[in-house]
Amino acid sequence: MRYVDELRDPRLIRAVAAEIARLADPDRHYRIMEVCGGHTHAIYRHGLVELLPPNVELIHGPGCPVCVLPMGRIDDGLALAEQPNVIFTAFGDMMRVPGRRGTPLEYRARGADVRMVYSPLDALKLAQAHPEKHVVFFAIGFETTAPSTALTLQKAKALGIRNFSVFCNHVLIVPAIRAILDSPDMRLDGFIGPGHVSTVIGCRPYLFVARDYGKPLVVSGFEPLDILQSILMILRQLAEGRAEVENQYSRVVPWDGNRAALAAMAEVFELRPYFEWRGLGFISQSALKISEAYADWDAERQFDVPGVRVTDPKAAQCGEVLKGVLKPPQCKLFGRECTPEHPIGALMVSNEGACAAYYHYVHRLAAAGRDD
Amino acid sequence: MCLAIPGQIVALEPETHLALVEVLGVRRRVNVDLVWDEGLREGDWVLIHVGFALSKVSEQEAAAQLRLLEALGEDEQAMEEVRGYLFDVAE
Repeated sequence: MRYVDELRDPRLIRAVAAEIARLADPDRHYRIMEVCGGHTHAIYRHGLVELLPPNVELIHGPGCPVCVLPMGRIDDGLALAEQPNVIFTAFGDMMRVPGRRGTPLEYRARGADVRMVYSPLDALKLAQAHPEKHVVFFAIGFETTAPSTALTLQKAKALGIRNFSVFCNHVLIVPAIRAILDSPDMRLDGFIGPGHVSTVIGCRPYLFVARDYGKPLVVSGFEPLDILQSILMILRQLAEGRAEVENQYSRVVPWDGNRAALAAMAEVFELRPYFEWRGLGFISQSALKISEAYADWDAERQFDVPGVRVTDPKAAQCGEVLKGVLKPPQCKLFGRECTPEHPIGALMVSNEGACAAYYHYVHRLAAAGRDD
Repeated sequence: MCLAIPGQIVALEPETHLALVEVLGVRRRVNVDLVWDEGLREGDWVLIHVGFALSKVSEQEAAAQLRLLEALGEDEQAMEEVRGYLFDVAE
């Protein structure tokens, strides 16, 4: 690089870290939640925890779409995969997530036609290439991913492709943040707001966090300096008794989001009255289902889905870790029965899950002599 | 999962709402409906997610995002994802 990009300049990173240490009131313990799994991953990978004073604690949030999906939804989706004429498609992240009777890969080993796709458009193309089959796309993800599913369904409808349907598990970030703010066992001082979700929804939807709950929220990029600057902005608000939504990632995130994406979502999806989140329980209006106008492409209407409800294995404390009440190593199964090789909880499967991130990088933390 | 992959637009195809983009040397078409009304030109950079351009970004931001992917060890994963977009490849 001709010049040291200011986002990577170690001097700048040290300067911001020093400013954080200076600003953090020593006899106060700050609990700041990073909502998005991508931030969790970046924080551990860059070892940012080590740059923070001990009284500034980062709490991992629910922003990992694989982690929040209840096991019952996976079983329901895989019940479709077992239908003789169905090709079941999903993103790579889903392939190793365990349902009660195994992971999608294990279903494939038992003969189900389970295929990994990198885009919903690939699933649609499979449907065009196999008119004799019915292709189901197992859709997951927050508002970052929901527009892509919406546009794919618009295309299926426009082209009249009827052997294609979506099993919709898209979830919304704002109701999850509200549920966390409302849950009694959560004491948080501020939020690092999601980056890529916000390119779609903008920053306005988070205003309730500052207005109704009096907590700062800063939408952050993913570079080390972005995350540290966002933490500094939160601490500055707290020091000055302010509670506002700020956009640190303004070089990518427009304050009003992406109009075309929001329009597509509004046409293709409707709010579910409630949806179960792993670890957070039922949250009202927190997920999307396919709208009336696209009923012919809704797998839950085209097939009768069992609607299985499965409670997590008792010993696994995914819920508490997901809400940040527990740190990964405080779960009894962490690193013992539950490891990346044979994950029990979804937080260990997805690399955005707190447990997977902690497991991969925990040796660095342990080496630094701080078991945070 | 919510991987945002920076790609440079090599060619625009208005009739199919696709654009040929290059990501770390891999060329694939992606859907550009979500950024169409921001006005696209060849040479522009976009963030790509599951086959769709999600937002337009500056060249500097694209470089920062590429470097971040390398730092997170996700550049291989990004190339694998882009190589995996087969919806544009003729049979």
